[in-house]
Amino acid sequence: MQEITITSGRHMHHIDPHLTIWGWEIPVYLFFGGLVAGILFFSAVYFLRGKEDEMHATVRIAPLFVPLLLSLGLFALFLDLEYKLHVFRFYTAIRLESPMSWGSWTLAIIFPLSFLWALMHAEKVFPNWRYPYAWMENAMTYVKKYAKVIAWLLIYYAAILGIYTGILLSAFNARPIWNTAILGPLFLVSGLSTALAFNMILSKNKEEKHRLGRIDLIAIGIELFLIIHMFMGFLASTQIHVEAVTLFLGGPYTAPFWIFVVGIGLIIPAFIEILDSLHKVKSTLIPAFLVLFGGLMLRFIIVDAGQFSSWVY
Amino acid sequence: MARYGMVIDTKKCVGCADCVVACKTENNVPDGYCRDWIVEDVRGAFPDLHMEIRSERCNHCENAPCVRCCPTGASYTDEDYGVVLVDKDLCTGCKACIASCPYDARYVHPEGYVDKCTFCMHRVREGLDPACVAVCPTKCMYFGDLDDANSEVSKLIRSRPNHALIPEAGTKPKIFYLL
Amino acid sequence: MGNSFSRREFIKISGLSLGGLSLGAGFYNKSSVPQIKEIAKGAGASISGAVKTPTVCEICFWQCAGWVHAKNGEPWKITGNDADPNSNGRLCPRGTGGIGAYLDEDRLRTPLIRKVVDGKQTFVEASWDEAFTVIADKLKKIAEEHGPECVALFTHGSGGSYFKHLLRAYGSNNITAPSYAQCRGPREEAYLLTFGEGVGSPERTDIRDAKCIVLIGSHLGENMHNTQVQEFADAVGQGATVICVDPRFSTAASKAKHWLPIRPGTDLALLLSWIHVIIKEKLYDEEYVAKYTAGFEELKREVAKYTPEWAYPITTIKPHVIVETAREMARHRPSTIVHPGRHVTWYGDDTQRVRAGAIINALLGSWGRRGGFYYPNKASVPKYKYPKYPTPTKSWRDAFPDLYPLANLALANGICDATIPKADKSCAFKGWLVYGTNLLHTLPEPKKTVEAIQNLDLLVAIDLMPAEITGYADVVLPECSYLERYDDLRALPGRVPTIALRAPAFEPKYNSKPGWWIARELGIKMGLEKYFPWKNFEEYLETRLSKVGLTLEEMRKKGVHEFEDRYPLYFEEGMQPEFDTPSGKIELASSLLASYGFDAVPRYTHHEQPPEGYYRLLYGRAPTHTFARTTNNPLLTDLMAENEVWVNKTVARLHGLKNNQSVVLVNQDGERSTKIKVKVTERIRHDSVYMVHGFGHTDKRLKRAYMRGADDTKLISRVKVDPIMGGTGMRVNFVTFESAGVS
Repeated sequence: MQEITITSGRHMHHIDPHLTIWGWEIPVYLFFGGLVAGILFFSAVYFLRGKEDEMHATVRIAPLFVPLLLSLGLFALFLDLEYKLHVFRFYTAIRLESPMSWGSWTLAIIFPLSFLWALMHAEKVFPNWRYPYAWMENAMTYVKKYAKVIAWLLIYYAAILGIYTGILLSAFNARPIWNTAILGPLFLVSGLSTALAFNMILSKNKEEKHRLGRIDLIAIGIELFLIIHMFMGFLASTQIHVEAVTLFLGGPYTAPFWIFVVGIGLIIPAFIEILDSLHKVKSTLIPAFLVLFGGLMLRFIIVDAGQFSSWVY
Repeated sequence: MARYGMVIDTKKCVGCADCVVACKTENNVPDGYCRDWIVEDVRGAFPDLHMEIRSERCNHCENAPCVRCCPTGASYTDEDYGVVLVDKDLCTGCKACIASCPYDARYVHPEGYVDKCTFCMHRVREGLDPACVAVCPTKCMYFGDLDDANSEVSKLIRSRPNHALIPEAGTKPKIFYLL
Repeated sequence: MGNSFSRREFIKISGLSLGGLSLGAGFYNKSSVPQIKEIAKGAGASISGAVKTPTVCEICFWQCAGWVHAKNGEPWKITGNDADPNSNGRLCPRGTGGIGAYLDEDRLRTPLIRKVVDGKQTFVEASWDEAFTVIADKLKKIAEEHGPECVALFTHGSGGSYFKHLLRAYGSNNITAPSYAQCRGPREEAYLLTFGEGVGSPERTDIRDAKCIVLIGSHLGENMHNTQVQEFADAVGQGATVICVDPRFSTAASKAKHWLPIRPGTDLALLLSWIHVIIKEKLYDEEYVAKYTAGFEELKREVAKYTPEWAYPITTIKPHVIVETAREMARHRPSTIVHPGRHVTWYGDDTQRVRAGAIINALLGSWGRRGGFYYPNKASVPKYKYPKYPTPTKSWRDAFPDLYPLANLALANGICDATIPKADKSCAFKGWLVYGTNLLHTLPEPKKTVEAIQNLDLLVAIDLMPAEITGYADVVLPECSYLERYDDLRALPGRVPTIALRAPAFEPKYNSKPGWWIARELGIKMGLEKYFPWKNFEEYLETRLSKVGLTLEEMRKKGVHEFEDRYPLYFEEGMQPEFDTPSGKIELASSLLASYGFDAVPRYTHHEQPPEGYYRLLYGRAPTHTFARTTNNPLLTDLMAENEVWVNKTVARLHGLKNNQSVVLVNQDGERSTKIKVKVTERIRHDSVYMVHGFGHTDKRLKRAYMRGADDTKLISRVKVDPIMGGTGMRVNFVTFESAGVS
């Protein structure tokens, strides 16, 4: 038996007895990051495949929300900073070893690209769209020539952004629950899944909806596979990881994780989508909302549990 | 570059926490925060017990995850002493370094930047020991250059069994506890 | 507004401010306390903009010399003085945290006078002059009606000397400190009876060079008596054997080769059994015993029955362990110390228990030998010449004509008892001056203390903090912290004779004043000005220092002065063995004890063990706090804000207690503690619980300490009094647990 006592009374704000440095802001940021990555990814992919009209909501409407969604995410991130006046410091250094650094540079690239992307599609969505100045019109005409290049860039950077939302956490060796390479793909796929759900809600086209639903089923399948894989990995890892994963296997995060993330966020929507595709139920947006909810919960729970898990004490 | 580190003799340490108070006054650490702390690590069952008392702080790791994950370069390893420091002018308070530290050695200073043990560099540069080492009533703490084979710390590490904290985290900590 | 009340209510508010008060600014000569910048002159500073002032720490009684550092005029830190053999340049955490005593915003700020306002007793802020007038008038009245001897002083700390002086000048000799009958009194008497000399403070134990250290319940390292712990750590580092007898796996126990988790209350059985083994196996120093001791045969005869097999069922220490540890002690003699302990008032036979340890030290020849007990040197600085004091006609002893014949100092609890009027007692005390000691947390049976207080005509409390005792006072006088005042020279016994100076590093905060000033101004108000011929303390110090060829200026620069002339520390270095006992020898069998009808050789006495479901309440120290005095210090509270009750794991399971859960402790008399958290641990026996003393404050004015943890004193509602010297054995209380939800 081992008794560990800190006798000099550590009770530091948000550090003891375990970390609570990251509250709601970071999960919200990660959620919007993943969602935006997914929206841009699918929009660019179907654009390049020339399916703009069949996948109207996916290619054209959803990107219009991106600047807003990304701003919300970044605003949440900004709120989390303890030294807000120093926010510009992210852009006075390029630190390749720091996921947060390349994450912020990725955002610096993706944000203007997504803005242009949205503008390009705004004209198609809103027939009365006019620019107030001629130079804007001219500039956009110029930009549109490079639409394919932008689309490729978006696919590339959206993938980085999606993976980044997971890598950001998994780079922290010090928190056993985060310390798995599966978090990157898991968050990427989860981000894609939430984007599909978002698109389903926006879409008025039955065909598009069904196609999105089918892809989402694949995404959910992969997610479940990754989650199982993640737990297998933990249980086959060091004692620290084995102990940490008990947080989800009998510990305080067991019920929230298995009910909200796996049950309500993955299995139930998958089940409804299967029934839907078999035409056993009336088409509904319920699975889409559940997937969005599940994606948000995944990030809340992983961010929280990771801070709870530690190497010491 | 020198490689400054610490050796702490757990046999002599009584866990009085003088190092903690000395650090707080020397560095004006705000109330409710600390840069070092005392751990009593007890193993066994009554009456066969063993206790190791440790004065813990930032390990000034050679492979410092806090330095690696810092997006702005605020956390850095000092080139002359090999000590891990924070440049508060660069710090955004993103807390990535806090999340990255397996020793929970960092905290957010009420003024917004991340703070931690500096090995009292302001003293070390003047040729003094860190405040915790200088004050210790049991003289159980030693500070010096681990690269200098003749330093007290190097000699102690060579001559006595010792361990570092969580070496399996791969951080290469530079504080060694004599058994 | 009036002043008459039949019963002193405990006042919890900080003081009603009434308009039109002059707050005594005119009394205080500011120039006598130099500003920080002035103090800086001549003192070396290691960091630019920093200045340092010599001090002597007042956070505990060890009195380490150090430096107070200020940076840019702001308090910065306190460090040890390298020239001080009593700190070796390193303070303990409490001393290092001493700045907190100065910074504490809950400090008493101005004199307070108890008055009845709107039918309620309350404190009214007063000027120093008003406060002195009230006190002087009352003291005059008591002297006229009952005699000055009916005023007693309770004191702890260096400023107490001025009030001792004041009280003697007034005509009373009833000066007492809880450090005697509630702490180390039995130890001093036991060593006096055995060796003709006490142990003293700092202890004369030569731990530095000891090869074997035997601790009987002494938790060195948790009681952070600076140089003693320094030497203990050095000795451990050099491989000294530690034998630790403690029901709890203390810090010291974790350093021990042998930890003997003894059943509480049976230490004497173990000690006698050790003596038995040492004599039976002829492990003692035959030459030393023959040359220096008396009563060996009687001792041998008396301990014949105390075999290890006899001691085993009593102590639960296995016979082979007793034999093995006895041999280990003997192997290292004379560099073996059976530590005399410090707080030794446990079971009421404490003088005898400590004597048993003293006898082992004598048998092993460690008294007067390197690695045992050295002969301390003390710097002699002639006293300031005062007029002769009036001779008191009565003393506290008159209250107890037949009791505690060998008490050499006044009993704090005895004065408390004598304050409660009884038909058979001649001197009932009418006035108390209480300096720097929080009697409600210091004396056992606190209900009795409150009852005594109700019988007083005057209670004056002089303190830094609004300690509970101040809530019962008629007049509260705020002393400034030790960092804001001069005090008398520190001259302590030790290997090297030194003196040390405490000088003010800062101006007194608020309307607080140094103790010397308070005593002098009060003395003048009482018409005793001839006893205070010096104008300020610099003048007093200059006078004393000049007699040994020193100046205040010089002392301000170096803080500590070491004297050249000194005596040898050990017999082997030429110290002449002389023992101030009736036989002139080390008394293994005490003739003095015998003449008073006590056992000449300690005899085992059985102590009651806790009934089922109850656990013996043990208490002790934390390295970060001194008694109940520092539990509001912002720096130290940050390290330890509350105490915990240590409960054995099995016991916890039995009572369904979980780690960190809050409980209320209830003792055998139904006394209840405040809420305290449980520490479930393997580190304590199943028949005892343990807590650090000094927490559980009930005075709201102590904002950080209020209701944090529990106060062991409240649960010490019974004591076993040592018939030899009147010490109050306090480890005779049993507690059980009550879930904190129920009240």
